[in-house]
Amino acid sequence: MITLDTTDLAIAAILVLLLALLSIRLRTGLSGQLLVAATRTAVQLTLIGLVLKALFASSHPGWVALLSLFMLLIAGREVMMRQERRFRGWWGYAVGTISMFLSSFAITIFALVVILGEKPWYAPQYAIPLLGMLLGNTMNGISIAMDRLTQSAWEQRNIIEARLMLGERWETAIMSYRSQAIRGGMIPIINAMAAAGVVSLPGMMTGQILAGAAPVEAVKYQILIMFLITTGTGLGTLAAVSIGSRHLFDSRQRLCLDRLREK
Amino acid sequence: MSKTPPLLQIKDLDRPMLGPVSLALAPGDCLCITGESGSGKSQLLRAIADIDPHGGELWLDGISSRDTAPEQWRRQTGLLPPESSWWLPRARDHFTNGMPVVLAQLGLTEDVLDQPVSRLSSGERQRLALLRLLANRPRVLLLDEPTANLDDENARRVEAVIDAYRKTHNAAVIWVSHDRMQVARVANRHMELGDGKLEELKLKARQ
Repeated sequence: MITLDTTDLAIAAILVLLLALLSIRLRTGLSGQLLVAATRTAVQLTLIGLVLKALFASSHPGWVALLSLFMLLIAGREVMMRQERRFRGWWGYAVGTISMFLSSFAITIFALVVILGEKPWYAPQYAIPLLGMLLGNTMNGISIAMDRLTQSAWEQRNIIEARLMLGERWETAIMSYRSQAIRGGMIPIINAMAAAGVVSLPGMMTGQILAGAAPVEAVKYQILIMFLITTGTGLGTLAAVSIGSRHLFDSRQRLCLDRLREK
Repeated sequence: MSKTPPLLQIKDLDRPMLGPVSLALAPGDCLCITGESGSGKSQLLRAIADIDPHGGELWLDGISSRDTAPEQWRRQTGLLPPESSWWLPRARDHFTNGMPVVLAQLGLTEDVLDQPVSRLSSGERQRLALLRLLANRPRVLLLDEPTANLDDENARRVEAVIDAYRKTHNAAVIWVSHDRMQVARVANRHMELGDGKLEELKLKARQ
Protein backbone atom coordinates (compact mmCIF):
# COMPACT_ATOMS: atom_id res chain seq x y z
CA MET A 1 0.00 0.00 0.00
CA ILE A 2 1.30 3.47 -0.94
CA THR A 3 1.08 5.85 1.99
CA LEU A 4 0.12 9.42 1.10
CA ASP A 5 2.04 12.30 2.65
CA THR A 6 1.19 15.99 2.96
CA THR A 7 2.90 16.88 -0.32
CA ASP A 8 0.67 14.46 -2.25
CA LEU A 9 -2.45 16.08 -0.84
CA ALA A 10 -1.06 19.55 -1.45
CA ILE A 11 -0.61 18.72 -5.14
CA ALA A 12 -4.28 17.63 -5.33
CA ALA A 13 -5.27 20.83 -3.54
CA ILE A 14 -3.46 22.88 -6.17
CA LEU A 15 -5.71 21.30 -8.80
CA VAL A 16 -8.76 22.57 -6.91
CA LEU A 17 -7.16 26.02 -6.65
CA LEU A 18 -6.60 26.07 -10.39
CA LEU A 19 -10.23 25.16 -10.93
CA ALA A 20 -11.22 28.02 -8.63
CA LEU A 21 -9.08 30.46 -10.64
CA LEU A 22 -10.68 29.22 -13.82
CA SER A 23 -14.13 29.76 -12.26
CA ILE A 24 -13.23 33.33 -11.35
CA ARG A 25 -12.17 34.04 -14.93
CA LEU A 26 -15.41 32.58 -16.26
CA ARG A 27 -17.43 34.54 -13.66
CA THR A 28 -19.35 31.49 -12.51
CA GLY A 29 -19.67 32.92 -9.01
CA LEU A 30 -18.78 29.46 -7.73
CA SER A 31 -15.17 29.90 -6.71
CA GLY A 32 -16.00 31.05 -3.17
CA GLN A 33 -18.32 28.12 -2.55
CA LEU A 34 -15.83 25.77 -4.12
CA LEU A 35 -12.99 26.84 -1.84
CA VAL A 36 -15.17 26.79 1.28
CA ALA A 37 -16.39 23.29 0.44
CA ALA A 38 -12.87 22.06 -0.30
CA THR A 39 -11.62 23.49 2.99
CA ARG A 40 -14.52 21.89 4.83
CA THR A 41 -13.69 18.52 3.29
CA ALA A 42 -10.08 18.78 4.42
CA VAL A 43 -10.90 19.96 7.94
CA GLN A 44 -13.90 17.70 8.56
CA LEU A 45 -12.20 14.57 7.28
CA THR A 46 -9.03 15.29 9.24
CA LEU A 47 -11.09 15.73 12.39
CA ILE A 48 -13.08 12.55 11.83
CA GLY A 49 -9.79 10.76 11.15
CA LEU A 50 -8.51 11.83 14.54
CA VAL A 51 -11.82 10.99 16.21
CA LEU A 52 -11.85 7.53 14.65
CA LYS A 53 -8.26 6.94 15.67
CA ALA A 54 -9.11 7.72 19.28
CA LEU A 55 -12.33 5.74 19.06
CA PHE A 56 -10.65 2.63 17.66
CA ALA A 57 -8.19 2.78 20.53
CA SER A 58 -10.89 2.92 23.23
CA SER A 59 -13.79 0.99 21.60
CA HIS A 60 -16.11 2.04 24.41
CA PRO A 61 -19.78 1.58 23.32
CA GLY A 62 -20.69 4.94 24.86
CA TRP A 63 -18.34 6.79 22.51
CA VAL A 64 -19.58 4.83 19.51
CA ALA A 65 -23.15 5.71 20.44
CA LEU A 66 -22.26 9.36 20.94
CA LEU A 67 -20.57 9.68 17.56
CA SER A 68 -23.48 7.85 15.90
CA LEU A 69 -25.94 10.24 17.47
CA PHE A 70 -23.87 13.23 16.37
CA MET A 71 -23.81 11.92 12.79
CA LEU A 72 -27.57 11.37 12.87
CA LEU A 73 -28.32 14.88 14.10
CA ILE A 74 -26.11 16.48 11.47
CA ALA A 75 -27.70 14.36 8.73
CA GLY A 76 -31.16 15.31 10.04
CA ARG A 77 -30.27 18.98 9.77
CA GLU A 78 -29.01 18.45 6.24
CA VAL A 79 -32.29 16.76 5.23
CA MET A 80 -34.24 19.66 6.68
CA MET A 81 -32.18 22.36 4.97
CA ARG A 82 -32.53 20.74 1.57
CA GLN A 83 -36.33 21.04 1.54
CA GLU A 84 -37.73 24.26 0.19
CA ARG A 85 -41.14 23.89 1.83
CA ARG A 86 -40.45 21.83 4.89
CA PHE A 87 -42.83 21.42 7.79
CA ARG A 88 -42.90 24.24 10.30
CA GLY A 89 -41.42 23.88 13.75
CA TRP A 90 -39.81 20.73 15.06
CA TRP A 91 -41.70 18.56 12.57
CA GLY A 92 -39.42 19.90 9.82
CA TYR A 93 -36.48 18.39 11.62
CA ALA A 94 -38.16 15.33 13.11
CA VAL A 95 -39.68 13.69 10.03
CA GLY A 96 -36.33 13.19 8.30
CA THR A 97 -34.32 12.48 11.43
CA ILE A 98 -36.72 9.88 12.81
CA SER A 99 -36.98 8.15 9.44
CA MET A 100 -33.20 8.08 9.09
CA PHE A 101 -32.84 6.76 12.59
CA LEU A 102 -35.35 3.99 11.93
CA SER A 103 -33.81 2.86 8.68
CA SER A 104 -30.07 3.54 8.97
CA PHE A 105 -29.64 2.37 12.54
CA ALA A 106 -31.79 -0.72 12.05
CA ILE A 107 -29.93 -1.74 8.88
CA THR A 108 -26.49 -0.99 10.36
CA ILE A 109 -27.16 -2.99 13.50
CA PHE A 110 -28.63 -5.82 11.44
CA ALA A 111 -25.54 -5.92 9.22
CA LEU A 112 -23.17 -5.75 12.17
CA VAL A 113 -24.87 -8.50 14.14
CA VAL A 114 -26.16 -10.88 11.49
CA ILE A 115 -23.77 -10.45 8.56
CA LEU A 116 -20.41 -9.29 9.87
CA GLY A 117 -20.65 -10.93 13.29
CA GLU A 118 -17.62 -9.09 14.73
CA LYS A 119 -17.19 -9.23 18.53
CA PRO A 120 -18.26 -6.90 20.03
CA TRP A 121 -20.89 -6.09 17.41
CA TYR A 122 -20.45 -2.33 17.91
CA ALA A 123 -16.71 -2.46 17.06
CA PRO A 124 -16.20 1.12 15.78
CA GLN A 125 -14.00 0.07 12.86
CA TYR A 126 -17.10 -1.49 11.28
CA ALA A 127 -19.98 0.31 12.93
CA ILE A 128 -18.99 3.90 12.17
CA PRO A 129 -18.09 3.57 8.45
CA LEU A 130 -21.19 1.44 7.80
CA LEU A 131 -23.47 3.87 9.56
CA GLY A 132 -21.83 6.77 7.73
CA MET A 133 -22.44 5.21 4.33
CA LEU A 134 -26.03 4.44 5.21
CA LEU A 135 -26.76 7.85 6.66
CA GLY A 136 -25.17 9.65 3.73
CA ASN A 137 -27.25 7.82 1.16
CA THR A 138 -30.48 7.67 3.15
CA MET A 139 -30.12 11.39 3.72
CA ASN A 140 -30.11 12.01 -0.03
CA GLY A 141 -33.11 9.79 -0.67
CA ILE A 142 -35.19 11.26 2.13
CA SER A 143 -34.45 14.86 1.30
CA ILE A 144 -35.32 14.42 -2.38
CA ALA A 145 -38.51 12.55 -1.51
CA MET A 146 -39.67 15.01 1.14
CA ASP A 147 -38.86 17.99 -1.03
CA ARG A 148 -40.95 16.48 -3.77
CA LEU A 149 -43.85 15.55 -1.50
CA THR A 150 -44.21 18.97 0.11
CA GLN A 151 -43.67 20.73 -3.20
CA SER A 152 -46.38 18.79 -5.02
CA ALA A 153 -48.83 19.11 -2.12
CA TRP A 154 -48.34 22.85 -2.37
CA GLU A 155 -48.62 23.07 -6.13
CA GLN A 156 -51.41 20.53 -6.54
CA ARG A 157 -53.53 21.68 -3.60
CA ASN A 158 -56.55 22.26 -5.86
CA ILE A 159 -56.48 18.71 -7.13
CA ILE A 160 -55.95 17.20 -3.69
CA GLU A 161 -58.79 19.26 -2.23
CA ALA A 162 -61.06 18.55 -5.19
CA ARG A 163 -60.58 14.84 -4.53
CA LEU A 164 -61.36 15.32 -0.84
CA MET A 165 -64.49 17.28 -1.76
CA LEU A 166 -65.64 14.35 -3.86
CA GLY A 167 -65.42 12.12 -0.80
CA GLU A 168 -62.05 10.46 -1.28
CA ARG A 169 -59.95 9.61 1.74
CA TRP A 170 -56.67 11.49 2.24
CA GLU A 171 -54.61 8.43 1.29
CA THR A 172 -56.29 8.28 -2.10
CA ALA A 173 -56.19 12.03 -2.63
CA ILE A 174 -52.42 12.18 -2.17
CA MET A 175 -51.52 8.71 -3.44
CA SER A 176 -50.01 9.68 -6.79
CA TYR A 177 -47.86 12.41 -5.24
CA ARG A 178 -46.78 10.03 -2.53
CA SER A 179 -45.57 7.44 -5.05
CA GLN A 180 -43.85 10.13 -7.12
CA ALA A 181 -42.00 11.30 -4.03
CA ILE A 182 -40.91 7.77 -3.12
CA ARG A 183 -39.79 7.15 -6.68
CA GLY A 184 -37.79 10.39 -6.67
CA GLY A 185 -36.02 9.33 -3.49
CA MET A 186 -35.15 5.85 -4.72
CA ILE A 187 -34.21 6.42 -8.35
CA PRO A 188 -30.64 7.63 -7.61
CA ILE A 189 -29.67 4.50 -5.70
CA ILE A 190 -31.39 2.23 -8.23
CA ASN A 191 -29.46 3.96 -11.01
CA ALA A 192 -26.26 3.65 -9.02
CA MET A 193 -26.79 -0.10 -8.66
CA ALA A 194 -27.55 -0.46 -12.36
CA ALA A 195 -24.40 1.44 -13.39
CA ALA A 196 -22.10 -0.04 -10.75
CA GLY A 197 -19.04 -1.67 -12.23
CA VAL A 198 -20.01 -0.87 -15.81
CA VAL A 199 -20.03 2.90 -15.88
CA SER A 200 -18.67 3.72 -12.45
CA LEU A 201 -16.43 2.03 -9.97
CA PRO A 202 -17.97 2.78 -6.59
CA GLY A 203 -15.85 4.92 -4.28
CA MET A 204 -15.67 2.53 -1.39
CA MET A 205 -14.46 -0.35 -3.52
CA THR A 206 -11.95 1.86 -5.29
CA GLY A 207 -10.66 3.04 -1.94
CA GLN A 208 -10.20 -0.52 -0.71
CA ILE A 209 -8.36 -1.53 -3.88
CA LEU A 210 -6.11 1.53 -3.71
CA ALA A 211 -5.37 0.63 -0.11
CA GLY A 212 -4.19 -2.79 -1.27
CA ALA A 213 -7.20 -5.07 -0.79
CA ALA A 214 -7.80 -7.91 -3.23
CA PRO A 215 -10.33 -6.80 -5.88
CA VAL A 216 -12.68 -9.73 -5.34
CA GLU A 217 -12.82 -9.04 -1.60
CA ALA A 218 -13.44 -5.34 -2.26
CA VAL A 219 -16.23 -6.23 -4.68
CA LYS A 220 -17.95 -8.45 -2.12
CA TYR A 221 -17.92 -5.61 0.36
CA GLN A 222 -19.22 -3.23 -2.25
CA ILE A 223 -22.13 -5.50 -3.14
CA LEU A 224 -23.00 -5.86 0.53
CA ILE A 225 -22.87 -2.10 1.00
CA MET A 226 -24.97 -1.43 -2.10
CA PHE A 227 -27.70 -3.77 -0.88
CA LEU A 228 -27.65 -2.30 2.59
CA ILE A 229 -27.76 1.26 1.25
CA THR A 230 -30.63 0.45 -1.07
CA THR A 231 -32.68 -1.14 1.68
CA GLY A 232 -31.85 1.67 4.07
CA THR A 233 -32.72 4.38 1.56
CA GLY A 234 -35.92 2.60 0.57
CA LEU A 235 -37.14 2.08 4.13
CA GLY A 236 -36.13 5.59 5.16
CA THR A 237 -37.87 7.15 2.19
CA LEU A 238 -41.01 5.10 2.77
CA ALA A 239 -41.07 6.05 6.43
CA ALA A 240 -40.48 9.76 5.80
CA VAL A 241 -43.06 10.01 3.03
CA SER A 242 -45.64 8.07 5.07
CA ILE A 243 -45.15 10.19 8.18
CA GLY A 244 -44.94 13.36 6.09
CA SER A 245 -48.02 12.77 3.99
CA ARG A 246 -50.08 11.88 7.06
CA HIS A 247 -48.98 15.12 8.67
CA LEU A 248 -50.18 17.11 5.66
CA PHE A 249 -53.73 16.30 6.81
CA ASP A 250 -55.45 16.88 10.13
CA SER A 251 -57.73 14.52 12.02
CA ARG A 252 -60.70 15.53 9.80
CA GLN A 253 -58.61 14.80 6.71
CA ARG A 254 -58.24 18.43 5.67
CA LEU A 255 -55.17 19.42 3.68
CA CYS A 256 -53.17 21.64 6.06
CA LEU A 257 -50.70 23.58 3.96
CA ASP A 258 -50.26 26.04 6.82
CA ARG A 259 -48.09 23.32 8.36
CA LEU A 260 -45.53 24.00 5.62
CA ARG A 261 -43.11 26.91 5.62
CA GLU A 262 -43.38 29.66 3.06
CA LYS A 263 -40.46 29.73 0.66
CA MET B 1 -91.01 25.70 13.63
CA SER B 2 -91.22 24.29 10.13
CA LYS B 3 -93.15 21.09 9.56
CA THR B 4 -90.35 19.09 7.97
CA PRO B 5 -87.25 18.48 10.13
CA PRO B 6 -84.20 20.26 8.70
CA LEU B 7 -81.99 18.39 6.25
CA LEU B 8 -78.96 20.51 7.03
CA GLN B 9 -78.64 22.42 10.25
CA ILE B 10 -75.78 24.78 11.04
CA LYS B 11 -75.23 26.26 14.48
CA ASP B 12 -72.67 28.97 15.27
CA LEU B 13 -70.33 28.02 12.46
CA ASP B 14 -67.36 30.34 12.46
CA ARG B 15 -63.99 30.97 10.88
CA PRO B 16 -61.66 33.92 11.30
CA MET B 17 -63.54 36.87 9.71
CA LEU B 18 -66.68 34.77 9.26
CA GLY B 19 -69.73 34.04 11.37
CA PRO B 20 -71.04 32.88 13.67
CA VAL B 21 -73.52 31.58 11.11
CA SER B 22 -76.62 29.60 12.00
CA LEU B 23 -79.19 28.36 9.54
CA ALA B 24 -81.39 25.39 8.71
CA LEU B 25 -82.30 24.03 5.31
CA ALA B 26 -85.33 21.86 4.62
CA PRO B 27 -85.33 19.21 1.89
CA GLY B 28 -86.02 20.94 -1.41
CA ASP B 29 -84.73 24.33 -0.24
CA CYS B 30 -82.63 26.37 -2.59
CA LEU B 31 -80.80 29.09 -0.68
CA CYS B 32 -78.94 31.67 -2.69
CA ILE B 33 -76.13 33.55 -1.00
CA THR B 34 -74.93 36.82 -2.41
CA GLY B 35 -72.34 39.25 -1.13
CA GLU B 36 -69.37 41.26 -2.23
CA SER B 37 -66.28 39.39 -3.33
CA GLY B 38 -64.11 38.69 -0.33
CA SER B 39 -67.11 38.60 2.00
CA GLY B 40 -66.43 34.92 2.74
CA LYS B 41 -69.00 33.12 0.60
CA SER B 42 -66.53 30.51 -0.63
CA GLN B 43 -65.10 30.15 2.87
CA LEU B 44 -68.56 29.48 4.21
CA LEU B 45 -69.14 26.67 1.69
CA ARG B 46 -65.70 25.20 2.40
CA ALA B 47 -66.41 25.21 6.12
CA ILE B 48 -69.78 23.51 5.62
CA ALA B 49 -68.09 20.80 3.55
CA ASP B 50 -65.50 20.51 6.35
CA ILE B 51 -62.63 21.19 3.96
CA ASP B 52 -61.49 24.05 6.21
CA PRO B 53 -61.34 23.98 10.01
CA HIS B 54 -64.20 25.81 11.72
CA GLY B 55 -66.04 26.25 15.00
CA GLY B 56 -69.67 25.43 15.65
CA GLU B 57 -71.63 22.33 14.81
CA LEU B 58 -73.41 20.94 11.76
CA TRP B 59 -76.01 18.22 11.39
CA LEU B 60 -77.21 16.38 8.34
CA ASP B 61 -80.48 14.52 8.85
CA GLY B 62 -79.96 15.07 12.58
CA ILE B 63 -76.51 13.43 12.62
CA SER B 64 -73.61 15.65 13.66
CA SER B 65 -70.64 16.02 11.34
CA ARG B 66 -68.48 15.03 14.29
CA ASP B 67 -70.10 11.59 14.25
CA THR B 68 -69.65 11.20 10.51
CA ALA B 69 -66.41 10.16 8.81
CA PRO B 70 -65.07 13.20 6.94
CA GLU B 71 -65.12 11.50 3.53
CA GLN B 72 -68.73 10.46 4.13
CA TRP B 73 -69.68 13.99 5.17
CA ARG B 74 -68.08 15.51 2.08
CA ARG B 75 -69.76 13.03 -0.19
CA GLN B 76 -73.14 14.04 1.25
CA THR B 77 -72.46 17.77 1.20
CA GLY B 78 -71.18 18.01 -2.34
CA LEU B 79 -69.08 21.12 -2.83
CA LEU B 80 -68.55 22.44 -6.35
CA PRO B 81 -65.61 24.89 -6.29
CA PRO B 82 -65.51 27.76 -8.80
CA GLU B 83 -62.56 26.22 -10.68
CA SER B 84 -62.74 22.51 -11.45
CA SER B 85 -59.72 20.23 -11.04
CA TRP B 86 -58.91 17.09 -12.99
CA TRP B 87 -56.19 14.57 -12.29
CA LEU B 88 -56.62 11.93 -14.98
CA PRO B 89 -56.05 12.54 -18.71
CA ARG B 90 -59.65 12.28 -19.90
CA ALA B 91 -62.85 13.47 -18.23
CA ARG B 92 -64.40 10.02 -18.64
CA ASP B 93 -61.78 8.50 -16.30
CA HIS B 94 -63.18 10.61 -13.46
CA PHE B 95 -66.65 9.13 -13.71
CA THR B 96 -66.42 5.91 -11.75
CA ASN B 97 -70.00 6.02 -10.53
CA GLY B 98 -71.60 6.34 -13.95
CA MET B 99 -73.16 9.37 -15.59
CA PRO B 100 -75.97 10.92 -13.52
CA VAL B 101 -77.77 12.74 -16.36
CA VAL B 102 -77.71 12.80 -20.10
CA LEU B 103 -74.89 15.03 -21.37
CA ALA B 104 -77.17 16.72 -23.89
CA GLN B 105 -79.18 18.25 -21.04
CA LEU B 106 -76.09 20.36 -20.32
CA GLY B 107 -75.40 21.13 -23.95
CA LEU B 108 -72.47 18.69 -24.06
CA THR B 109 -71.74 15.88 -26.47
CA GLU B 110 -70.34 12.44 -25.73
CA ASP B 111 -66.95 13.22 -27.32
CA VAL B 112 -65.97 15.78 -24.63
CA LEU B 113 -65.49 12.81 -22.32
CA ASP B 114 -62.70 11.35 -24.43
CA GLN B 115 -60.74 14.47 -25.28
CA PRO B 116 -57.78 15.42 -23.10
CA VAL B 117 -59.21 17.48 -20.24
CA SER B 118 -56.65 20.21 -20.92
CA ARG B 119 -58.22 20.81 -24.31
CA LEU B 120 -61.75 21.42 -22.98
CA SER B 121 -63.02 24.96 -22.44
CA SER B 122 -63.48 26.18 -18.88
CA GLY B 123 -67.24 26.15 -19.42
CA GLU B 124 -67.17 22.51 -20.53
CA ARG B 125 -65.03 21.58 -17.57
CA GLN B 126 -67.35 23.39 -15.18
CA ARG B 127 -70.40 21.53 -16.44
CA LEU B 128 -68.58 18.20 -16.34
CA ALA B 129 -67.49 18.95 -12.78
CA LEU B 130 -71.13 19.43 -11.84
CA LEU B 131 -71.97 16.04 -13.33
CA ARG B 132 -69.07 14.42 -11.53
CA LEU B 133 -70.41 15.85 -8.28
CA LEU B 134 -74.01 14.76 -8.93
CA ALA B 135 -72.79 11.21 -9.60
CA ASN B 136 -72.00 11.02 -5.86
CA ARG B 137 -75.69 11.65 -5.10
CA PRO B 138 -75.06 14.34 -2.46
CA ARG B 139 -77.90 15.24 -0.06
CA VAL B 140 -76.88 18.90 -0.13
CA LEU B 141 -75.31 20.78 -3.02
CA LEU B 142 -72.86 23.56 -2.17
CA LEU B 143 -72.44 25.42 -5.44
CA ASP B 144 -69.84 28.16 -5.74
CA GLU B 145 -70.78 30.23 -8.81
CA PRO B 146 -71.60 27.16 -10.92
CA THR B 147 -72.44 29.20 -14.02
CA ALA B 148 -69.61 31.74 -13.86
CA ASN B 149 -67.91 30.60 -17.08
CA LEU B 150 -71.09 29.95 -19.04
CA ASP B 151 -73.10 31.83 -21.63
CA ASP B 152 -76.77 32.50 -20.93
CA GLU B 153 -78.09 29.47 -22.72
CA ASN B 154 -75.82 27.02 -20.93
CA ALA B 155 -76.38 28.78 -17.61
CA ARG B 156 -80.10 28.07 -18.01
CA ARG B 157 -79.35 24.42 -18.78
CA VAL B 158 -77.27 24.13 -15.61
CA GLU B 159 -80.07 25.74 -13.61
CA ALA B 160 -82.55 23.24 -15.01
CA VAL B 161 -80.35 20.22 -14.22
CA ILE B 162 -79.79 21.40 -10.64
CA ASP B 163 -83.49 22.10 -10.22
CA ALA B 164 -84.39 18.63 -11.46
CA TYR B 165 -81.80 16.99 -9.20
CA ARG B 166 -83.08 18.92 -6.17
CA LYS B 167 -86.65 17.83 -6.82
CA THR B 168 -86.02 14.16 -7.62
CA HIS B 169 -83.63 13.62 -4.73
CA ASN B 170 -85.31 15.93 -2.26
CA ALA B 171 -81.94 17.61 -1.86
CA ALA B 172 -81.13 21.07 -0.54
CA VAL B 173 -78.97 23.58 -2.38
CA ILE B 174 -76.78 26.44 -1.20
CA TRP B 175 -75.97 28.48 -4.26
CA VAL B 176 -73.44 31.27 -4.25
CA SER B 177 -74.25 33.67 -7.05
CA HIS B 178 -73.52 37.25 -7.99
CA ASP B 179 -76.32 37.39 -10.52
CA ARG B 180 -79.56 38.87 -9.05
CA MET B 181 -81.60 37.64 -12.00
CA GLN B 182 -80.37 34.13 -11.43
CA VAL B 183 -81.21 34.38 -7.73
CA ALA B 184 -84.74 35.39 -8.65
CA ARG B 185 -85.00 32.39 -10.99
CA VAL B 186 -83.66 29.59 -8.80
CA ALA B 187 -83.95 30.48 -5.11
CA ASN B 188 -86.71 30.01 -2.60
CA ARG B 189 -84.54 31.74 0.03
CA HIS B 190 -81.98 34.49 -0.27
CA MET B 191 -79.29 35.56 2.16
CA GLU B 192 -76.69 38.27 1.94
CA LEU B 193 -73.24 37.83 3.46
CA GLY B 194 -71.62 41.02 4.68
CA ASP B 195 -69.04 41.58 7.40
CA GLY B 196 -69.02 37.84 7.95
CA LYS B 197 -72.72 37.81 8.96
CA LEU B 198 -75.61 36.25 7.07
CA GLU B 199 -78.79 38.22 6.72
CA GLU B 200 -81.99 36.73 5.30
CA LEU B 201 -83.53 38.88 2.58
CA LYS B 202 -87.09 38.87 1.37
CA LEU B 203 -87.29 37.24 -2.01
CA LYS B 204 -89.12 39.18 -4.69
CA ALA B 205 -92.14 37.30 -5.96
CA ARG B 206 -91.26 35.23 -9.00
CA GLN B 207 -92.58 36.40 -12.31
